[in-house]
Amino acid sequence: MFEALARDIRSERPVALAEVIEGPPDLVGSKLVVRPGPPEEVLGSLGDPDLDRVVRRDALGELAAGITVTRHYGLHGEARERAVSVFIESFAPPPKMIIFGAVDFTAALVKVAKVLGYRVTVCDARPVFATKARFPQADEVVVSWPDRHLGEVGSTLGPRDVVCVLTHDPKFDVPAIVAALSTSAGYLGAMGSRRTTDERNERLRAAGVDEADLARVMAPIGLDLGARTPEETAVAICGEIIALRAGRHPQSLRDQAGPIHADRVLSAGR
Amino acid sequence: MKEILDDIERWQAQGKRVALARVVAVEGSGPRLPGAAMAVSEDGEVAGSVSGGCVEGAVVSEALGVLAGAGTPKLCTFGYSDDQAFAVGLTCGGVISVLVEPVEW
Repeated sequence: MFEALARDIRSERPVALAEVIEGPPDLVGSKLVVRPGPPEEVLGSLGDPDLDRVVRRDALGELAAGITVTRHYGLHGEARERAVSVFIESFAPPPKMIIFGAVDFTAALVKVAKVLGYRVTVCDARPVFATKARFPQADEVVVSWPDRHLGEVGSTLGPRDVVCVLTHDPKFDVPAIVAALSTSAGYLGAMGSRRTTDERNERLRAAGVDEADLARVMAPIGLDLGARTPEETAVAICGEIIALRAGRHPQSLRDQAGPIHADRVLSAGR
Repeated sequence: MKEILDDIERWQAQGKRVALARVVAVEGSGPRLPGAAMAVSEDGEVAGSVSGGCVEGAVVSEALGVLAGAGTPKLCTFGYSDDQAFAVGLTCGGVISVLVEPVEW
């Protein structure tokens, strides 16, 4: 069973391992490997068909959310009992980041996103800019219009996934944001000055985006770090992504009024 | 787990028995999340980690003990609050539970 699990983990196929870690001594160490469908597959057993059925269902749920957790059951899978503790480890594929706009900031954001473990796609409609040579670390570089690309892959995005719109050109970013709002992506940010952001918000409203959806858009994108360089901006963006996922509230640029960039940079050590 | 698969399979290909230690619970401040994994060969070679370096030594001992014993999984708890009872603790003040078992399944 370990070999099958290792194969799935290596090839980044989603898989969950459920194991009894506390309970009747003869059950401790028994395992269930669950692969989501289609076709759904289960290897092993926790020693009781009802317990297997309940844990399989729970493991699929945790795996979909990318959560690793210990759950407690009765001997036959009953809820609200604690006879058996089952450790459910999710091996979810890496979360996805889609970056629209093949600009300087994109290259820096690709680098930081790769450090954080994202599978990164860069998408731009201009073939001259959207090249693998410019973004060697990106997993995928797509020449397409943002809304067309999201039409193809948008349904695969979930709460762990991220869309960053760096085009700051209304021709591209309004359709990109409108398309991204129809996905379940957990984070949607758009780059641009405060003036660009105000103008874009008006265009988005004109395109039929309501205030609730507008509130999903982090724009100007990133935390208020006073970032200046593309690399610093990439850190500000990724910091915001982490904070939102964790439900923390460091200061986002969106919720401030001051200048985006620090006008004076102290040298390190001062 | 992914980062230690190569080592596990290499040791097994060399005919060595291997124990796998995985963090299954973290209370309070803990450096690594549940799922953090470490493998120990019967020769005492180590891959991966389960904490910030605080309890790795103790986990190696537990792993070798599991390989030498009946091979049944063992749930080990390390924590600051238990520092009278355990020789090894976490300086961060958290408590972690580590499941140690042979990779023979």
